[in-house]
Order: sequence, then structure tokens, then C-alpha cells
Amino acid sequence: MAPPPAASAAPAGRVRVRVVGAVQGVGMRPFVHRLAADCGVSGFVLNGADGVTIEAEGGALDGFLARLTAEAPPLARIDGVAVEAIAPTGGRGFAIAESRAGRAATRIVADAATCPACRAELFDPRSRFFGYPFVNCTHCGPRLTITRRLPYDRPQTAMAGFPMCAACAADYGDPANRRFHAEPIACPACGPRLSHPIGEIAAALRAGRIVALKGVGGFHLVADARAEAAVAELRRRKARDAKPFAVMMANSASLAAVAAPTEAEAALARSTAAPIVLMAVRPGVLAPSLSPGLTRVGVMLAYAPVHHLLFAALADASDPDAPNPTVLVATSANPCGEPLVVDDADAARRLGGIADLVVGHDRPIVIRCDDSVVQVVAGAPTYLRRARGFVPDPIPLATDGPDVLAFGAHLKATVTVTRGREAFVSQHVGDLDTAETVRFHRETVDHLLSLLDVAPDRVACDLHPDYRSTALAEAFGRPVVRVQHHAAHVAAVAAEHGVAGPVLGLALDGHGLGDDGTAWGGEAIVVDGARWRRLGGLAPLALPGGDRAAREPWRMGLAALAACGRLDRAPAFFGNVALAAPLARRLAVGAERVSTSSLGRLFDAVAALAGVRAVQDHEGQAAMELEALVRAPRALAGGYDLADGRLSCAPLLRHLADARPDAAETADLFHGTLVAGLAELAVATARATGVERVALGGGCLMNRVLAEGLDAALAARGLSVLHARKLPPNDGGLSFGQAAIARGADITN
Amino acid sequence: LGHGSGGRAMADLVSGIFREAFANPFLDQGNDQAAFPTPRGGRMVMTTDGYVVSPLFFPGGDIGSLAVHGTVNDIAMSGARPLHLSASYIVEEGFPLADLKRIADSMGRAARAAGVTIVTGDTKVVERGKADGLFISTAGIGELPDGLDLSGDRAEPGDVVVLSGSIGDHGVAIMSSRENLEFETAILSDSAALNGLVEAMVAAAGPHLKLMRDPTRGGLAATLNELAHQSGVGFRIEEAAIPVKPEVAAACELLGLDPLNVANEGKLVAVVSPAGADALLAAMRAHPLGAEAAAIGTVVADDQQFVQMTTGFGGGRIVDWLSGEQLPRIC
Ligand SMILES: [Fe+3]
Ligand SMILES: [Mg+2]
Ligand SMILES: [Zn+2]
Ligand SMILES: [Zn+2]
Repeated sequence: MAPPPAASAAPAGRVRVRVVGAVQGVGMRPFVHRLAADCGVSGFVLNGADGVTIEAEGGALDGFLARLTAEAPPLARIDGVAVEAIAPTGGRGFAIAESRAGRAATRIVADAATCPACRAELFDPRSRFFGYPFVNCTHCGPRLTITRRLPYDRPQTAMAGFPMCAACAADYGDPANRRFHAEPIACPACGPRLSHPIGEIAAALRAGRIVALKGVGGFHLVADARAEAAVAELRRRKARDAKPFAVMMANSASLAAVAAPTEAEAALARSTAAPIVLMAVRPGVLAPSLSPGLTRVGVMLAYAPVHHLLFAALADASDPDAPNPTVLVATSANPCGEPLVVDDADAARRLGGIADLVVGHDRPIVIRCDDSVVQVVAGAPTYLRRARGFVPDPIPLATDGPDVLAFGAHLKATVTVTRGREAFVSQHVGDLDTAETVRFHRETVDHLLSLLDVAPDRVACDLHPDYRSTALAEAFGRPVVRVQHHAAHVAAVAAEHGVAGPVLGLALDGHGLGDDGTAWGGEAIVVDGARWRRLGGLAPLALPGGDRAAREPWRMGLAALAACGRLDRAPAFFGNVALAAPLARRLAVGAERVSTSSLGRLFDAVAALAGVRAVQDHEGQAAMELEALVRAPRALAGGYDLADGRLSCAPLLRHLADARPDAAETADLFHGTLVAGLAELAVATARATGVERVALGGGCLMNRVLAEGLDAALAARGLSVLHARKLPPNDGGLSFGQAAIARGADITN
Repeated sequence: LGHGSGGRAMADLVSGIFREAFANPFLDQGNDQAAFPTPRGGRMVMTTDGYVVSPLFFPGGDIGSLAVHGTVNDIAMSGARPLHLSASYIVEEGFPLADLKRIADSMGRAARAAGVTIVTGDTKVVERGKADGLFISTAGIGELPDGLDLSGDRAEPGDVVVLSGSIGDHGVAIMSSRENLEFETAILSDSAALNGLVEAMVAAAGPHLKLMRDPTRGGLAATLNELAHQSGVGFRIEEAAIPVKPEVAAACELLGLDPLNVANEGKLVAVVSPAGADALLAAMRAHPLGAEAAAIGTVVADDQQFVQMTTGFGGGRIVDWLSGEQLPRIC
């Protein structure tokens, strides 16, 4: 993060200071108040929809202005400070004035994990907040998830229905208190209540039960992650066969007993955003069915007071920072592809069949927000899912442009709204396959537009006519810019890095509709502002059965055999699949006319040939399992052909068909050969275009072996590599790429 | 440009261009046929249709019988008794006369079986390459009984959705003959005239019957989506209740098709108020063309006007209204 800009201009007499950025709900006004007292400055501070405004005169005004940015509170992010001289008034004292409404140029900050000071009070019998599951202060607690609209004041939040008691009102009004103007302040006397005692919840978990627990952004389904029976039962009730579950642990001191995080991974887990971090786990600690076929598990640390209380109760401990052996499954409570459950009544109805105990509370969740998921790739964090703890932090844009609303993809959809030189990307919305998720998408559009006070000039969506996000964009009633899927993937990575000129992109993805009507997904694309051009990519494979091929890797396995002239080997690989013989015959006569240049489908094909799996239970499963088998990636000599910008892995596929190496060997050879081939494709394209910046986008970049392999290989060839760092490389970042391209598009025709 | 498969793009094209150009209240009924009063009293319905199918001869029928069935069914869906048809042939130069005779004979036979007469016709021969062998256009008229008012905008929350039999037969029969698919059982098109079945349904359910529609191009999915929009409601259907023949399901699996999007030529969807549902189903099941009739779901209030389908394990999904062919979508 860049240091905040310092206030300039030599003050004389009285000054008016405007501070913009993430400056509301972070303790800015109490900080300013304390600072003013410290510096002997008089005047006032107020929260307006256009930022924090301060008027100050007298005392050590210079020092006041310098320390304003240098010592700002931990959750504040100051983007700009403007100082102007005004006429002195000679007033005395320093006041916190009432909020003013107006265009909402400031913003809400993201939700933050319980801070150390609040955690200490939570376990301090002398504190008013002892054992209170909703303790928070200006340095921590819920923000986005409880805020209906700006400015961020208690009546605009989910706390509107909880009048403060005398003690809370005193803290709230005391400039010396950590809770001075902490809008969600609450205590047992006046605040929200949990529906069940912590002891009862802990007892249920100890007995192997499944608990639905309302947290910050929604309900979790919680169970003992070390009890195989409990985890298996959760799988059965959630009708989720193999998709990995994330786990929660008490604190970072507890990690080592279960996992082997790198320092970067542990630091991410400890951060105020408290995301789920993928890390290696020690064998034999967690229930086997927690993440079958994978070596890394998603781990997050307790981030809400209720979590800390629960962990303490389960371990019979009273020090929240001591190692705690408890590991809990904490998976989003969303039945069958629907959005996360946030409402108590809804939870009883929709989770009743899954959970033995449904624990709610009476503080409404205004904005649904899943846990974020991150991993460390090439030394820095990359998102797999961006939501709680990071949203709604804006992404700065390099250029001015019109206000755009982008509707995202069909799966892993997000919404992006640009305003001036900032882009606001929504939390993960999900797959638009259910009416509930589509409604969540609509709500997200409405909420973002109203929060930002933007009336978009144009809307952006994918080229695909049957993405439900496309239909929503068409129905919005503004000019529609349709953006090719992979151009958007590349543009997203380029734009988050502030690249304004041309960038060479490798879009390594599952599927996107090409502008020629065919299926793309492994493309070399040059993007320059709103313009883009496809220069090459993977040689196509047949896509037998369309989307069915994405669910059934054996189909892609056959397509790969067909592509390398080894269909005669089909019975040896897929003799046990009933439809393999008729499909092989269709492939042999060229009856499967739909083809795809997708890298995701090539991963499926190789996973099928490796015997990893013929049918997948969830998206990307086969590819993730193949990645988990990699020991040391190694390129097969002559394993690929590159001609006219077309990269073919047919020689490698032929080797797999003929020699049939075991699964681990296949995984090593495939990853190694693929990295080598893609690097050569990038070099050839860079040479042809003179563009030496390579942006890596698309869902396949969630594969860490691939992303790190390319990072090293491209750097070794003298190309500079841009990774998706502020947004996921997958379709979760697509709305941002759509917006980036649509901002520059000509809509006058 | 993707307008060929009877999906959303087709609907948009129709409403966008023709509705505006022809604007009148009969067209605005938005059904596959229009009902209008005759100058001498009573009401009639009229429909018109063009037939382009490849191959012209397919298992279970040909373009001639298909043209009769399609036209008769479009009239019958209003509850009217089909009377007369016209037939206009556009024949490509060099088209085998023997085939033309076979098709005409089949068309005549189908008309007689359905109880309608083809009272007028026209033939044009066009240059080679200007037609794909043979196109047939038809028009049809029928007589609408007094007091009957079936229309696509009448579905109301709580109503029951009834399907007359298995879906996907026609589309898969066409595809398997086009693609030389080998299956143990031959898949025949369901092409049939439904006016007899409709007569039995109207008699049994009377005023409880709200609307009927034949899910032809675009399949059951497109038809239910159209009706949801026309009535301003949603549908909730049960996957397990929708009959699909095993051989049709197998072909769909091989080709990666969803039977819900595949065309039918001898099936209908009816919406009936709950009080009339049992009588309607009983009457349908007593008729050979409705033997497998099933209640497949209900009409629900839905401001988003979605067709939602309950699948196994209590899951569910939105049934797509495709703009054209089924394109891959999983990224
Ligand atoms: Fe994608
Ligand atoms: Mg018609
Ligand atoms: Zn705190
Ligand atoms: Zn209180």
C-alpha cells in the first residue's frame, strides 16, 4: 500500500481540510478530535457524504496537519487531503459536528476481524464486554455487511434498532475512548443477542453435531473438522460429494499443529481481512473426507467474537491467543447453489434439514458476503474468491472515463461499477443458475449504484447471449457494450496494474464465446485500451457434448485421443464408460463438430487420461486433483508444436496415449510441457507485436504450479509478468475487465 | 444469426419487427394462432406456418405429415376445431417427382386422419440452390366454440401444469437420422395431430382449462418461458415428473443435449386450475396421445418470471430460455 499523501500548503489562520478515501467508520473523527486536543487546535470535524471535513485554527496547526495522515487509524485509507485557507473565526474548543448528506464520494470500509483490544475485553471478567459476542470498536467489527447507505452513521446501519445504553452512549461520546463514534457499539445491556448460549453450541459440536452459525456476512455450517463421522454427515446432508470444505482455527498460534503455512500464508491468515488461505496441511490431523484428493486446505482464523468464544469454550481455555487444538469445518451455508443464507427465519427454513442446531442473532446482515479465499502465488497473494474483508475497497483506474456498470460472467459472477478513477467490484455473487442468486445479483447492482450514487452511462456484459448476466444487462435500459470473455480476462489484469498501453495477454481459461462464434479458452490476445486482437492460442480439441464435456472429463480424454490420432487406444482408457464407444465412433468420422481451444478442457482431458477421474463432481475438480499430484514439473522433449501462433500439445498427448505413464508422472509432464509451450507462445507473440508485458488471466491461473511456472519461464525470457492480485484471475474478475474495456468503447453508433 | 432454433432471439425478432409493422389487437394476443369474430357471428381462429426440415423424410414422418400436424395443432391449442388448411409448396428445381408425390400423399393422408381438408394450394419452382429441396407453407382455420377462452396470458399462481407425454422424441429422431446415430430402439418422431386429444380435454375440464401450447421448436423450456412472460408468472416444475423415453435420454446424453430444449411435434402443455386437474389428467390418459400425461409442476408468483426446475436432492435450477443453439457456458 502506498503511503498516504501528506497535507501541503503552509497554514495560516484557519484552514478547511477535506480528507477523502476510506475514512468513515474507522475512528477518523475521534482520532482527529484527540489530535486536535494534543496540538491545541480549535475547530470541528464532520462526516459528510463527500468525505471528512475538518476546520482547524490555532495551536500547532503544522504538526496537526502532518500527523493527520501519518498517524491515521489502522483501518483508514486516505486517498487525498485538500487544504484551503479560510477566514479565522477565533472560536475555542474542538467539536465533532453532525453528519451531512450529499453525493457519496467516500466509502464504507470492509469488515475487519476482532482487534486484539476487543479480544482482550471479551475474555476479561471485569469488562462490560466480557463474553459478549458482538464486541467491536472503531478498529474492528462489521462495516459493509451492516451498512444500508452512506454516510456511515448508526441510523443507516443494522444497528438502527438498538438504542445505546448509558454506558455505551458514554463511550460513544468520549473522545478518549476507543469506541468514540464506533457506530456498531453495543454491550449486553443494549445490543444484539445470540439465540443460544455459547455452552450449548459448544456441546452440540462436541457431540459431533452440525451447527448453522450466523456470522458476519452470512451463516456458516460448522462441525468438528477432525471427526470423520461429522464431516461425512455434513457432506451427506449438503449433498456435496467431494468439494473441499474450509476450516477455521482459533488463532495463528494454533496453526502449526494442523498445517504448515509459509510465513506469507500465515500473515495473510492473521490479517484484519481474515480470509480463507490455502495452505499445506499435516497428514492425519483432519478428517479424510474434508478435502479428498487435495494436499492443501483452506484455513481461516476466528474473526468474529462469537468464534473466539466458541473456540475458548471447546478447548476450555480462557486465553484467546494460546494454541487451541480445535479445528472446525466452517463452510458457507448455501443449500444447492443458492446464495449464502443471511436471514434468521430463512435459516430455520432452508438449513433446518442440514443443521442440527441453527444459531442466529438479532443483528440483521444487510449485505451478504462470503468468506474470501486466497492463496500465495509467486510470492504474493492471489484471490480465488474476493468478498468479506476486501469488498468494497476500490481499485484505482489509470484514466478518466465514463461511469460504467458491468454485469460479469454467468458463473462466479460479480458486479463492477466505475466512478471517476475508481472501480468498485462487488463481493462474489455466485453462479446465476438459481432464481435466488439472480436476485442477489440484482440486489448487488442496486446496492452498489445507490451506495456510490452512480447512474451509469453504459452497461457492459459478455458476448455470450445465454449468460444470465447478459440478459440482466440487456434489460437494464442503457447502451450495452458486449465484451469478449478473454479480452475481459486480460483487460482485468492489465487494468488492476494501471497499464494504459498495449499488453499481451495469455487468457488461460475454461470457456468463453469467441467473436467468431466458437468456443475459446486458451488464447494469446493483445489488449490496448478498448481494442483487442487475438493472435493465437491453443490448437482446438473437439468438445463432445458441450457443457457435458466440462462435467465429464472422459469426453475430453477421447477428444484428446482423437486429436493425436490415437482413438484406437480409447478402449484401453475408457473401456468402462458406457458411451465411450459410440462417442469414439462419432469422433472418428468427424461428427463432433464443436471444438474448443480451452486450456481448462485440456486439463480435463489429461486428468482423464491420467485416470484421475472420468466424471467430476464440481467445477475444476479433475484439474485440481491433477495439480495436487505434481512433484516436479518437467517438459517432455518435443512435447508440443508451435506454428503460426497455434500451440498444440498433440505430441505430449500421443506420449500419454502410447506410454501411459502413471498419474503423478503425467501430472509432472503435462504441467512442465504446458509451461514450456505457453512460454514459447508468449515469446513468439511478444516478438511479433513488440509488446513485452504479459498479463496472465483466466480460471486456469488458480493452478499454482501453472501460474508460478509461467512466472518463472516468462521472466527468464525477459518478459515482465502481470498476475491478478487485486481480483481473482477467474470469472470473479470478469466484470472488472468488462468495465475496463467498456469505458473506452465507442457507443455512439 | 442464431434465430433458427425458436428460442429467445426468435421471440425478440418477432416482437421487435412484425408486431410493430402489423400492429393489431389479434396479433397482440401473442399466441400461435389468432381468434377473431366472423362477420356472421361466432369466432374462428387462423394460423400460418412454414416448414423447413432436414431430412424431409425422418423416422415417424415426413415434411408433409409434419405440416398438417403442426398447423392442426396450432389451431387446436386455442380449443378450436380445425376445419381447413391451405398448402403452398416451394420446390427446388430438380427435386425428385417421386419424393414430391410421396410427400403430397402423406400430407393428404395426415389431413384425412385429422379430419381437416386441404382446400387450396400453390406451387412455385425455384432455381437450384434457392431452396433446400422443399419448403411448405400452410395456413389453417378452425371454429372456436362459444364460451371458450384459452390464451397464453391466463396462467395464475396455483394453477397446475400438465404435459401430454414424453418430450424430445421429434428433435432426437431428426437428429439421429441426420447424424446416423445407432441405437437399439429406433427413435420415432412424435409428430401427430392433437385435435382429438384437445376435444377430450375441453370436454373434461371445461372452464378450468386456462391455456394449451405445443412445445415445438425450442422444446418445453422455450414454451414454458414464453408462457411465463405472457402471463407474468413463474413456473416451478419437477424434473422427475417429466417423461423422457430412455432411448431419447441416452441420445441426449451422447450429444450433450437437454431434452427440455429439444423439439416435439405431438405434445402439448396445458395449464389448468387445481379444481380441474384430476378430471383433465384422467381424460388425457384415456386418449392414446395422452396416455403418459403427467402433472409436471405449478404456476407460481414470480416477479423475475423464471421457470425453475426441482432436480434431485432438493436442488434446483432455472430452465434456460436459449437465444439459439445450446452453447457451452461452463468456464
Ligand atoms: Fe473465464
Ligand atoms: Mg406455428
Ligand atoms: Zn476492536
Ligand atoms: Zn450498551
